[in-house]
Amino acid sequence: MKKTLTLAITIASLAATYAWAEEPRSGGVINTVIQPEPPGIIAGVHQNAPTQTVSGNIYESLLRYDTDLNPMPQLARDWTVSEDGLTYTFYLHEDATWHDGEPFTSADVVFSTDVYLREMNPRTRTILSHVKSIEAPDDHTVVFTLKNAFGPFILAFEAGTMPMMPKHIYENTDFRTNEANNHPIGTGPFKFESWDRGRVIKLVKNEDYYEEGLPYLDGINWHVIPDASSRAVAYENGTIDVLPANSVENFDIPRLSKLDNTCRTEQGQEYFSPFAMLWMNNREGPTADKRFRQAVMYALDREFVRDVLWNGLGKVPLSSFGSNASFQNDSLPPYEHDPERARELLDEMGYEGEEIRLLPIPYGETWVRWAEAVQQNLQEVGINVSTQSTDIGGWNQRLAEWDYDLAFTYLFQYGDPALGISRTYISSNIAKGSPWNNVEGYKNERVDELFDLAATAYPDKKREEYYHEAQEILHDEVPVGWLLELGFPTLYRCDVKNLVTTGIGLNDGFKNAWFDR
Amino acid sequence: MLYARLIIMRLLKAVIVLFLIVIFNFFLIHMAPGDPAVVMAGEAGATDAEFLNQLREQFGLDQPLYVQLWNYVSGIATLDFGYSYRQQTPVFDLIMDRLPATLLLTGTAFVMSLGLGILAGSMAAARAKKLSGSLIMALALVFYATPLFWVALMAVMLFSVQLEWLPAYGYYTVGTDLTGFALVLDIGQHLILPATTLALFSMAVYTRMTRTSMLEASQQDYVKTARAKGLAPGVIQRRHILRNALLPIITLAGLQAGQMVGGAILTETVFAWPGIGRLMFEALMQRDYNLLLGIFFFSAALVIAFNIITDLVYGLVDPRIKESS
Repeated sequence: MKKTLTLAITIASLAATYAWAEEPRSGGVINTVIQPEPPGIIAGVHQNAPTQTVSGNIYESLLRYDTDLNPMPQLARDWTVSEDGLTYTFYLHEDATWHDGEPFTSADVVFSTDVYLREMNPRTRTILSHVKSIEAPDDHTVVFTLKNAFGPFILAFEAGTMPMMPKHIYENTDFRTNEANNHPIGTGPFKFESWDRGRVIKLVKNEDYYEEGLPYLDGINWHVIPDASSRAVAYENGTIDVLPANSVENFDIPRLSKLDNTCRTEQGQEYFSPFAMLWMNNREGPTADKRFRQAVMYALDREFVRDVLWNGLGKVPLSSFGSNASFQNDSLPPYEHDPERARELLDEMGYEGEEIRLLPIPYGETWVRWAEAVQQNLQEVGINVSTQSTDIGGWNQRLAEWDYDLAFTYLFQYGDPALGISRTYISSNIAKGSPWNNVEGYKNERVDELFDLAATAYPDKKREEYYHEAQEILHDEVPVGWLLELGFPTLYRCDVKNLVTTGIGLNDGFKNAWFDR
Repeated sequence: MLYARLIIMRLLKAVIVLFLIVIFNFFLIHMAPGDPAVVMAGEAGATDAEFLNQLREQFGLDQPLYVQLWNYVSGIATLDFGYSYRQQTPVFDLIMDRLPATLLLTGTAFVMSLGLGILAGSMAAARAKKLSGSLIMALALVFYATPLFWVALMAVMLFSVQLEWLPAYGYYTVGTDLTGFALVLDIGQHLILPATTLALFSMAVYTRMTRTSMLEASQQDYVKTARAKGLAPGVIQRRHILRNALLPIITLAGLQAGQMVGGAILTETVFAWPGIGRLMFEALMQRDYNLLLGIFFFSAALVIAFNIITDLVYGLVDPRIKESS
């Protein structure tokens, strides 16, 4: 009886799948926007977001990741990890080629990781510091041997983090000034066609792509439209098919979402999981006092900001680890909006109305209003806040020089605490000159030790214990304010199918997309 | 002969002024917080001291400021404007790439505002005591007082979104490989909204200026003489009043013409017009010193050139000025 039922269900679900699965069709050029215009589109040279969005369709890494961040094959068709977590072996696609026709081999992998990226990419350099050797036993096999176990290593093979660069073009040249940088050569589903600066970047289908039948689209046009409302208009009047995450102002999202033939997804950000934070200067002034920082957490009405400024998208974070990060300790009590408690804490520490300088992040309207909301929340509990507006160059400089009391930022979590979270809290990461390290100046030996142990522990069960303890300490000491796990929706015409299928969204999304027109 | 010497003197002075402007700009830009390396590293979302040093060394920013100044000035002397840090392209090429679009936009707006402004102004002067004259002036006041970006956005909402008559943004239609006349037509269509938006404000200024200046000139004795001679009112308006009223308008036109390179940042941004104004704004945000200085140099040179041209035109329009100088 049970067996028959199972069989029936299987048949029914199979039938349903067949009925609903539409056969992807080839053809069509998709129009989207890129904001801001990237300085270049060579994956290895520039690491900013717009470069990665465009170049992720030209260049590839060994793996890609689904929306739960499980690795999927890309240039590596298969891979194994040894029992002790020290040896990673990748088996490469044998018929992958570069856009200029040269075969893609293990020598390219060794060159890209061991030579090119070690020189060019500070973030990748840090990951590769765990690697003892990179070897190519044959043309289509690469073996990474690690110095110590490093759990998140399998997450590092994303196109923006570990892009494969052609050895035959770059070996023994100056990577930054190589002439070939004007004409990217990758292995990806789309080839570079032209870049009319200030106007449009055009990619065309790679007819010789090694995955049979892919891509479906004939090409991608990335329009350069510097004004946010003009971008919204371009979508409204039909020139643009896709508005990528963070390309229009938040207050336009509800209106645009209601347009005909418009779909919206919040997926495709899982790998990055942008986390908005409030740097609090742990070195001097009232913000150096733990009670003041706790008071700030109680003073903030984070639900209000999410619901009003972010259209209800995103999550109010519990503590230092976002909900997409592994190893979140969800037994911690949340910091509720409690102005009374905030005032008590301020009284207890003896805060006497010293001026607190708040540095907003100049990323557009939403962020300006957010800074106003924070200022108001803090004033309500008696904190004397002055806002200091600046442009992006000034913002970088002020943070890099530690010249602030409170400051907005948002950081990517990269799917694992050792890649995206520990960098904010470990004291070895305190150094002037960067707005992305331990800018707040937090020092706690136990936290340092726990993050250290957790990064190299194996298997995951052991990492979890360390991370949970670290979160307890951070939760109490509040080195930074945890504002919001941001939800950036992507808007697109509903007849564009399979657009966002991975955890890095549009950065490699057009490979599987097709038009149902 | 004397006149030729005067022009040479003016040119010599212009070179000195330009040189001072270059030096002044250089220090001004370096006073802004942050440098290109910090901004580029900031965009990357990750950085370390090694990365920053690599960038600074590559850009030559690790050298003392006076060495950088010397390098820059000696480069300028040989018309070498250096490389854009961010785009890794010669500054001269970047500017030349954007210049046609900007000149097309600002040039069209210039001709449009000057022509229509003088026309509307003289009409208003001729009908100074009539309702139609007041109407023209009221309209001019509205254009004069309305912020440019608002006009731009409303024009897009009306003509592009609602009526669908004109393209909302851009320089040409992406994805259609037009050539020849079809391309000219396409660019022309894209030009209408931004050029009109840009022209409205200065058109209002010219209208007001022309009217006032003409009313003033019409009080002069030679106008009474002309009337007494029995000349037709139209002829008096054109030959006797308008010509004599032109001087202040030329001054204003000279000022506006000097701003043609960098004066359209807002319009270029709203309409995604790929011009110099946007290039300059982005260069400022990214602290791309060489590019910014290059654009400053070009616009300063243009302002100076138009100053000289304006002075020459004065002489043509009013021979008395030529003689007194």
